[in-house]
Amino acid sequence: MTHAIAQVAYIVATALFIFALHWMNTPATARKGVYAGVAGMTIAVLVTWAQPAVVHHLWIVVAIVAGFAVGVPLANVPLTAVPQRTALSHAFGGLAAGLVGTAKYYLWYSEGPENLTAFRMVAIILEILLGFLTFTGSLMAAGKLQEIKWIPQRPVTYPFQNLSNLLLLLLAVGLGVALTLHPTAPWAPQLFPVIIVLALAFGVLLIIPIGGADMPTVIAILNAYAGLSAVAMGFVLDNKLLITAGALDGSSGLILAIIMCKAMNRSFTNVLFGAFGQVQAAKAIGEQKQYKAETAEGAAQVLEQASLVVIVPGYGMAVAQAQHKVRELYDQLKKRGITVKFAIHPVAGRMPGHMNVLLAEADIPYTDLVEMDEINGDMPQCDVCLVVGANDVVNPAARSDKASPIFGMPIIDADKARTIFAIKRSKNPGFAGIDNELYFSDRTWMLFGDAKNVIGELVKQLAGESGMH
Amino acid sequence: MSLLALLAQAAPAPAAGHAPADADFWGLLFVFVLASFIGMGVIRRVSRLLHTPLMSITNAISAIAVVGAILVTGGEYPPHIQAMGAVALFASMTNIVSGFLITNRMLKMFKTDDKRGGGGHA
Repeated sequence: MTHAIAQVAYIVATALFIFALHWMNTPATARKGVYAGVAGMTIAVLVTWAQPAVVHHLWIVVAIVAGFAVGVPLANVPLTAVPQRTALSHAFGGLAAGLVGTAKYYLWYSEGPENLTAFRMVAIILEILLGFLTFTGSLMAAGKLQEIKWIPQRPVTYPFQNLSNLLLLLLAVGLGVALTLHPTAPWAPQLFPVIIVLALAFGVLLIIPIGGADMPTVIAILNAYAGLSAVAMGFVLDNKLLITAGALDGSSGLILAIIMCKAMNRSFTNVLFGAFGQVQAAKAIGEQKQYKAETAEGAAQVLEQASLVVIVPGYGMAVAQAQHKVRELYDQLKKRGITVKFAIHPVAGRMPGHMNVLLAEADIPYTDLVEMDEINGDMPQCDVCLVVGANDVVNPAARSDKASPIFGMPIIDADKARTIFAIKRSKNPGFAGIDNELYFSDRTWMLFGDAKNVIGELVKQLAGESGMH
Repeated sequence: MSLLALLAQAAPAPAAGHAPADADFWGLLFVFVLASFIGMGVIRRVSRLLHTPLMSITNAISAIAVVGAILVTGGEYPPHIQAMGAVALFASMTNIVSGFLITNRMLKMFKTDDKRGGGGHA
């Protein structure tokens, strides 16, 4: 009887999770999705807790209370820190899967070796490999995003890197096969931790050669791994709810990773093993090109005459926390009857959808956030294109320069606008270490300085002038 | 190839009597494949505007690992097994709480032109 009730409850929870994701298809219904998700999860937790096999409650209560104590502050981080929060939660997901897999193995080894069938062993090995490599890999990614000092930001490479990583993974898989063939051998409990250590090491080594520009893809891939480790846990525990929920998460991560890869015109393998973002030493030679600088006053006058302004935000806007100033500028321009649109590149920022969330935080209506493919047709009619802390996503070299590492990547056609203003903190090249031809175009004027200050100046100029009339 | 053979061996043949210790491998695989297709279909239609909230809500949903963690923590098992379960439960619960809360917090910010104003921003 309790079994039947539990199964029905798990089916209801699965349906609620599917609705939760379905309602994310438009901002108007998305919050309903959150409520559906919470309802599904509450049902799953309560029904599991009520199982007759669950007899000790103290540690469950302690762990749940501790989860709330850490989870609530983690939900209130500044929105610029959302990428590292997301990476951290993938780490937690991987850790949970790895630990449950480990616990189940040792439990069955001592109290029910007949349960360690070949199929269960394969599932356990997959669960701990995925779980523990996601754990350390995501911690490394979170550390890179948080810019922790002892974790190198730039990709770290060394000779035979891919080969040694591959050998490490093969070794872990080989030991896993040995364990699957002899799950109850006397040496098996000693071999198991070795596989865990190899998975942990592989996670670190996988992320070390990856640079900041590739973080959106890598976060999406780690998302998929975290989901798949939950699926493996479902196979171990013979639990279909774990499998369905894990599969939803896994397919979400996979689709996001594919979208990110397409937006950079690169393959999975290239992102994971390409060490994108190394400083291009050979590029340093060549003539010294000249920037043309403009003042806030001059830029404000040009903006005032425009009828269509397109703003291209990038990671620099997030770093400078400039989104609220951008909104003030948006309001000033709107007041003059100027059409203002935001051009959002899929990989702008450090995670999928990063820019949309920051601009929504600043109260900019989401109807004015336009995807790259939709805005590019309008760019020739654009009077002023204002680039705020974006770099590679507006670099025309992606279209023209076959030697450029970003060649072939779809970009926002900022260079087709009548006038381009680019806000830049310094004269150094961007994260990918590539010079941007856009800045040397004869229609481009640079506004040097911190994005927040520069836009603040523009707003002041526009507000001041409107006050005089 | 050997792995595949192993899997085939592991899966109980439909008419070969009962195998009490083992799970219904093909049934589980069936569920996994169907759930992945549903996932692909649903996720593909998610608005690009919402990819960040999508990631945080799927984080919370994949913390369904909480189910396994509760069973391990609360069962009649040796303390070191329960301890692993408790840490896993803590990690999953953190993801559930922070995942849903931050998704809700982000989604509240997405407004159309006529609905904005009034609400102040920090």
